Amino acid sequence: MLKVKFNILESTCVPLPLENTDTDQIIPARFLSATSREGFGENLFRDWRYDKTGNKNEEFVLNNPKFRGEILVAGKNFGCGSSREHAVWAIADYGFRAVVSSFFADIFRNNSLNNGLLPVVVPEEFLKRLLAMIREFPDTKVRIDLEKQDLILLPTGESLKFEINPYKKECLLKGLDDIDYLLNIKEMITAYEFRNSLRQ
Amino acid sequence: MTPATLFDKIWDSHVVRSIEGGPDVLYIDRHFIHEVTSPQAFDGLRTRGITVFRPGKTTATADHNIPTKEQELPIKDELSLKQVETLNHNCSEFGIEYFGINHPKNGIVHVVGPELGYTLPGTTIVCGDSHTSTHGAFGAIAFGIGTSEVEMVLASQCVLQPKPKKLKITVNGSLQKGVTAKDIILYIISKISAGGATGYFVEYCGTAIEALSMEGRMTICNMSIEMGARGGLIAPDLTTYEYLNRIHSVESRPDFKSLLLRWRSLKSDEGCVFDRELVFDASKIRPMITFGTNPGMGMAIDDTIPGAESQGEGKASFLKSIDYMGFKPGEKILGHPIDYVFLGSCTNGRIEDLRAFSQFVKGRKKAPGVTALIVPGSKRVEQQAIREGLDKVLKDAGFELRQPGCSSCLAMNEDKIPAGKYAVSTSNRNFEGRQGPGSRTLLASPLTAAASAITGKITDPADLLNN
Repeated sequence: MLKVKFNILESTCVPLPLENTDTDQIIPARFLSATSREGFGENLFRDWRYDKTGNKNEEFVLNNPKFRGEILVAGKNFGCGSSREHAVWAIADYGFRAVVSSFFADIFRNNSLNNGLLPVVVPEEFLKRLLAMIREFPDTKVRIDLEKQDLILLPTGESLKFEINPYKKECLLKGLDDIDYLLNIKEMITAYEFRNSLRQ
Repeated sequence: MTPATLFDKIWDSHVVRSIEGGPDVLYIDRHFIHEVTSPQAFDGLRTRGITVFRPGKTTATADHNIPTKEQELPIKDELSLKQVETLNHNCSEFGIEYFGINHPKNGIVHVVGPELGYTLPGTTIVCGDSHTSTHGAFGAIAFGIGTSEVEMVLASQCVLQPKPKKLKITVNGSLQKGVTAKDIILYIISKISAGGATGYFVEYCGTAIEALSMEGRMTICNMSIEMGARGGLIAPDLTTYEYLNRIHSVESRPDFKSLLLRWRSLKSDEGCVFDRELVFDASKIRPMITFGTNPGMGMAIDDTIPGAESQGEGKASFLKSIDYMGFKPGEKILGHPIDYVFLGSCTNGRIEDLRAFSQFVKGRKKAPGVTALIVPGSKRVEQQAIREGLDKVLKDAGFELRQPGCSSCLAMNEDKIPAGKYAVSTSNRNFEGRQGPGSRTLLASPLTAAASAITGKITDPADLLNN
């Protein structure tokens, strides 16, 4: 089953400098009752976007018309906390295709890669400069080239290489699915089960 | 043979295939599912036109979204009802064992697994829930996964995972009076920080760990995720075997004796190498309390909140967090009034936690201004509490024993803490709005929760224990 492919993304960015943004903030628990994967974008950062009475919180970056884009640039330890994959669905459904940070929580990073949302890890110092640049020049564009593993700051031409697991990179470039891979090696799995039962 | 860690032994023996430059294909011995993270996984199977590969290796329970009162009546909330019914329907269709609401074996998935005897040393266990690390207390590799990975396991009984690095955490020494397993893990997280163990799998050792009961060990392993670790485990020993022997004499697994022989090799070898090691002194640990909005923001209960200047780069986040909690940098919060107390969750919702809480409040009365939610982790825990008369002890003290479920830990059901209210909670997360929008969570042990419920303020249990 083919999923969304990722190759080259060129976009403006939305800055979220806060550290330790946990998945309860990304998608509060009361929205986890859905039984499908759709519609979570509406509730992305719900309790930061809207106040208690349901009015838009003008201070929050997603409500600031100056900042638009398909790249979310976030403070370190983004996506910590609960394993809810709904957090990734919410971010992707809202319209983001990549998240840039200096540090991602493990489960969130895995969930992102499994859904075609690219997590890009950059050095802390670069992240600070990028956030500062976006704040001062909201139309700053960034180019992410997955094949070359390049992130390029378009206004200055500065580029850096980012790490990604080669298997996951292949899956994203080709729109391949982990489950197709596993279904293809069923015989190997059965052989493992047989060997293991002999050991008991 | 190179000396290997316990983690390596279990991981390596479960690798079906190692992908070149990629993750390992890891075979999963036991898969737990619940109503919140499974619906989309089953839909995925249907879309692909495939069935569950090994239905006998998946076990389901309803826990996150269910009410903890009047469980005999139909669930009132429409979305909750739909989710639970969806799980019921999916399990029927795919032939999966399901312990729904009201079933005698129902409960919080990480309480139920060990009770059923499914959590065993040397096995791999996954679930679409980050507190799956709980099962590591039995010397298993157990970790949380996302819904896409739930689908993977249902389809192939395997998951693709990169092998984490290894962190050894040693805790030696004896605990002071009033200090519990919960305080140990809160202390460790406060020293390492909420992201400090990301990329690592932890092995806990040391005399203080060995002295803990299985339930205490489950509390420790449960919160491994709160320091960012993939999971955490404790090598099985006599304590583990005695616990399992009790469970299995009830469940009567026929090959238990031969498994026992195999399990004796389940320990880290002399001279094995970890990627990182940390050592802590248990005798220095005091009853802990969190003051901020991540589990790493904790301190001894009579300590002062750090000043903003000590936070360096994290100053802005720190101040936002303290402000949300209605506290100030440099403030002492011992004696601060509280509104709610929650005893429960997969961290501290077992019979020993209920006993400790009940013993503490026996002969005393709940403070009038405090609303308490006392939630057993499973139907078995509930029934045992009733057999031991704990429900009466609680009632006499002004508390009510509810029915099992995740309840206020994440407040998906109606057990929400209102905005601005302070809740001393034996659960595992204190993020903004975790227990309800605007709620203010103070994570603590069952003893601290009991002491605070009696006085109506943040209280050191050691103070009341001396009376």
